[in-house]
Amino acid sequence: MTQAPLLRRITDYSSRADPYPLYEELRRTPVLHEEEGGPYVISSYYDIKGLLHDPRISSDAANATAVDDEFSAPEATGLPPSFLRLDPPEHDRLRRIANSSFGPPHRPDRIDGLRGELGAIVSDLLDGLAGAERIDVVDQFAYPFPVTVICRLLGVPREEEPRFRAWVDPIVAGLDPGNRDDPGAPGPKAAQEARVQLGMYLAGLVEERTRDPRDDMLSDLVAGHGPDGAMSMMEVLSTAVLLLIAGHETTVNLITNGMLTLLRHPEYLERLRADPGLSVRIVEELLRYEPPVQLVPQRTCITDIELRGVTIPKGSRIWLVLAAGNRDPERFKDPDRFDPDREDIEHLGFGSGIHSCFGAPLARLEAQVALAELARRLDNPRLAEDPPPYRTNAVLRGPRHLTVDVDGVLP
Amino acid sequence: MPAEQFHEWLRREGRIVVVGASLAGLRAAETLRAEGFTGSLTMIGDEPYEPYDRPPLSKAVLLGMSAPDRTDLPRRREIDATWRLGVAATGLDLAAHRVRLADGDEVPYDRLLIATGVRARPWPREEEAQLDGVFTLRTRDDAVRLHRRLKAGPRRVFVIGAGFTGSEIASACRHQGIAVTVAERADAPLVGALGGVIGSVAAELHRDNGVDLRTGVMVTGLEGDSVGRVRAAHLSDGSVVDTDVVVVSLGATRNTEWLADSGLGAGPRGIACDAGCRAFDFRGIVTDDVYVAGDVARSPHALFGYQFLSLEHWGNAVAQAEVAAHNMISASADRRPHLWVPAFWSAQFGVNIKSVGVPTMGEEIMITQGSLAERRFVGVYGYRGRVIAAVSFDNTRWLEFYEGQIERGAPFPVEYPTMDRRPEGRKPVPADFPDPSLPTHGATVTLSGYSPADRRLVFTPARH
Repeated sequence: MTQAPLLRRITDYSSRADPYPLYEELRRTPVLHEEEGGPYVISSYYDIKGLLHDPRISSDAANATAVDDEFSAPEATGLPPSFLRLDPPEHDRLRRIANSSFGPPHRPDRIDGLRGELGAIVSDLLDGLAGAERIDVVDQFAYPFPVTVICRLLGVPREEEPRFRAWVDPIVAGLDPGNRDDPGAPGPKAAQEARVQLGMYLAGLVEERTRDPRDDMLSDLVAGHGPDGAMSMMEVLSTAVLLLIAGHETTVNLITNGMLTLLRHPEYLERLRADPGLSVRIVEELLRYEPPVQLVPQRTCITDIELRGVTIPKGSRIWLVLAAGNRDPERFKDPDRFDPDREDIEHLGFGSGIHSCFGAPLARLEAQVALAELARRLDNPRLAEDPPPYRTNAVLRGPRHLTVDVDGVLP
Repeated sequence: MPAEQFHEWLRREGRIVVVGASLAGLRAAETLRAEGFTGSLTMIGDEPYEPYDRPPLSKAVLLGMSAPDRTDLPRRREIDATWRLGVAATGLDLAAHRVRLADGDEVPYDRLLIATGVRARPWPREEEAQLDGVFTLRTRDDAVRLHRRLKAGPRRVFVIGAGFTGSEIASACRHQGIAVTVAERADAPLVGALGGVIGSVAAELHRDNGVDLRTGVMVTGLEGDSVGRVRAAHLSDGSVVDTDVVVVSLGATRNTEWLADSGLGAGPRGIACDAGCRAFDFRGIVTDDVYVAGDVARSPHALFGYQFLSLEHWGNAVAQAEVAAHNMISASADRRPHLWVPAFWSAQFGVNIKSVGVPTMGEEIMITQGSLAERRFVGVYGYRGRVIAAVSFDNTRWLEFYEGQIERGAPFPVEYPTMDRRPEGRKPVPADFPDPSLPTHGATVTLSGYSPADRRLVFTPARH
């Protein structure tokens, strides 16, 4: 029996718990093109890095000619694309405006100023687990924590989470290329519909902030304090949808992958308990070793490009498998070893180039605070199930539940 | 002693002396220890401070956002060295393997690394240079003095020279609402480093930020009052500018005078070394125990026709120091070449400027992304049909790609489509560097010819 194409094996759910052997196989064909009309899959570190900085590679779906699959199709209706799916100069303008309410030079204090609040949210969540002997790290901690933070940051009422959850889920499922093989999964229509719904919900909040600004990003986005002025209403909504989703869907996985990895490497959990400062190195190594975004499936070349002797024709879809590049032995010594002490951790976990993760400073801080506190307060944590059950998504990969037995939760 | 044993002995108990205790010197020392050198290490520096970072001195420090004594370089590791700070090296005896110090001491070495860098070129008329209120900016002490004076609220600051440092100083003044006049001999700022096309963008940047920019003029004299404070600057167009602070930003002078009689191939353009950072003596013969790194070095580069390059670049200092340190304690087969692609950055008037390659070799430039008018762009320089350099204004993240193009000798003009290519960027135009017979202070990459031991100061045109 012939084996299924490698890409299908990677997106297939059965490989979710450990895709790394398949990535190793993938790297043996650094420019993989298995099926007519299918994507060109790039898996080695330097090639990925190069393409992330290549001005011939577009993120704008409108440049893809091979739109055979709905996944890359430009949105026909509804909200305009967010800056994640745009090229310069529009991408740059929108990202600059968004950044003027998020980071330096306009708001250098925004993330650092959250430090105390992050600590308080984490403490509350862990206090709530007092007396527990078995906890689900995902549902009881790693999910509610970043959701609370992004709600606070954007200015979305935390208690309305169940409402927007119903829209976020189909949107996130729509990001999963493996989805198209699964007839039961929500289709691209559902994702698009949900995006419009979420946008309409946020429009209500934006309207409130237009009348009555507060200290949150929605208020800043509509006010447009920076030199580029304000975004249009539709641009604000697209950006808000992006930030709301990217602001927590990925961090959940970073924290959960982190706890799972630490439980598999108890010596680091022990060291982290003794030295919370080690969380900085641990989080960087996690972003290399178990990145929450495994691959970028949204790039297209605007001209024929040559890579390792292969011509990738104009309009082809290009997938950049960040998680494979992160384990490339050409780049990292002993790549399959989790080693926060390694001197060189220049990972691709946040991508690189103009689309490199907008929320990286926040994600780093959240994961550092979360893991340090989990290590400090969980008494004798043990994995109840290894591997844990995973979410279906092959792009935003992480456990659906992470059941951990504890002797208690320390004060 | 057979070579193999010699290197083993050298790594174990040799004596290594590093002259120059700044960025290159420190990184070299750290590399030596990281690679297992356990012998004695002596760090000699003429300033009294442990290694500190200089780029912030003309940026955050002048803005008061960072204290001048808080720019110490982060340490990669312990280096367990003997520090001789505040004592300049004054001579070198190649035959006896000894460095002479200003206090009369002599320090013996088995391997020597010279990383003495450059200093600010002073105002040529000594009397005027000594007026109260006339500054240069290179060291921590310079920054302390200048910052103190800026804080006191001068009526007007007068900057001589619109290279990178001069432009950054003007920017820091404007940021604090201080009136600034900048005088530049060329037709625009940054022309020496980036050419006239980019220079005209820089000129707009100055003027839009309220700088009183005077181009095509020379400063003919600085005038003091009765108590020796500077009060005015006289320009070649006959105009006089009243000012109480003058900053002289006329580029740098290489610290090689102490080697004048040493027999090394050292001169006003630096110390010539091979691609492995070994110094040449004045006969053009390569030494095997004296190495060079950082701003004071000039070394041949395969990507640029094996011309000798002098680079006043932060990244070069680090990369070259690492190579020099590695090679100092390695047998010849294990040595590495220094093949760093030149790169530097500047932050001024809220714009991030970065360049890779050797722009001064560029004959033509084309704007492959963005637009000059918006001051957000990538410009690519071509030389004899290939890509030789690139510059970006607020577009830093693309430069890695162009660096690859330079390394590959990719063809110029850039024919393939790129994102955000505007109609203006479809055709190359002359890069418009000033007449190469007029040396300018603005270039941070200097092509200094082919002859490694050339001690004469003869300008080699950037274009042939």
